[in-house]
Amino acid sequence: MKARVHITLKNGVLDPQGKAIHNSLEGLGFDGVEDVRQGKFIEIELADGDTEAAKARVANMCEKLLANTVIENYTVEIES
Amino acid sequence: MSAASAAVIVFPGSNCDRDIAVSLEAALGHAPQMVWHGDSDLPNVDLIAVPGGFSYGDYLRSGAMAANSPIMREVVAQAGRGVPVLGICNGFQVLTECGLLPGVLMRNASLKFICRDVDLRVERNDTIFTRDYGAGDVIRVPVAHHDGNYFTDPDTLKSLEDNDRVAFRYCAPDGAVTQAANPNGSLNNIAGILNEEGNVLGMMPHPERLADPQLGGTDGAPMFTALAEAIAA
Repeated sequence: MKARVHITLKNGVLDPQGKAIHNSLEGLGFDGVEDVRQGKFIEIELADGDTEAAKARVANMCEKLLANTVIENYTVEIES
Repeated sequence: MSAASAAVIVFPGSNCDRDIAVSLEAALGHAPQMVWHGDSDLPNVDLIAVPGGFSYGDYLRSGAMAANSPIMREVVAQAGRGVPVLGICNGFQVLTECGLLPGVLMRNASLKFICRDVDLRVERNDTIFTRDYGAGDVIRVPVAHHDGNYFTDPDTLKSLEDNDRVAFRYCAPDGAVTQAANPNGSLNNIAGILNEEGNVLGMMPHPERLADPQLGGTDGAPMFTALAEAIAA
């Protein structure tokens, strides 16, 4: 089974990289871009097992290593 | 000459370990022990330094991998017993990631790697790290980082300020704390903070890089003499 983890900056945390991407998009002539926030996407291959247990385990991985919860939120999806 | 012992933690990608060892040796009169990250045994020492560099290539987040290495569990344990811990640059990032210090060092607001001398105001001189400076002194030492933008939640920031846990701030040459003197976007121009007990200091600037006349300045040296005196006492 596969876990997909999205890590995003919390609201209110300044994202200078997102701002730079936003500026570049406008520079390329893409209109109507109101805001850009950048983050991380991590795929984890897991041994098959209970989906809920896997989700809890990956959430624990996020708490301990994958995300810094001072500034980041995370979401976990399990694809079995 | 002091019999006090110091350890410098070395990660793959550390690059200021030798600089800090030389600074400590000059102050202590003997060389610190260099301890490899994979060791789970840290000898009992009187001072631990976590050096600058790019531990584990800054993978995931600066300091994140190093913070979870076996040796850091020992560093956290010894810090809990009151052993002084000094983290510089990447060392500061490691200390925030492992929870010894609050907050996080984010990408510089300019997105640029910044490598130049900066002025720092010494906010307190009643700590084991800063007692050879005067409170309000302005010292000049280099910064060299991409992720030095100190950030934390408003409650933690208030607690740091209310409890005088900011050790150094980026400032103008006259000591004024201004936005123009803030190289990286850090909240309240924070360059270095202490833990609640005052035995752990993390800072982005590099006192060890200006601690010998041959390096062009000695503004960093008092930190190491202060520590040597503190742990010899």
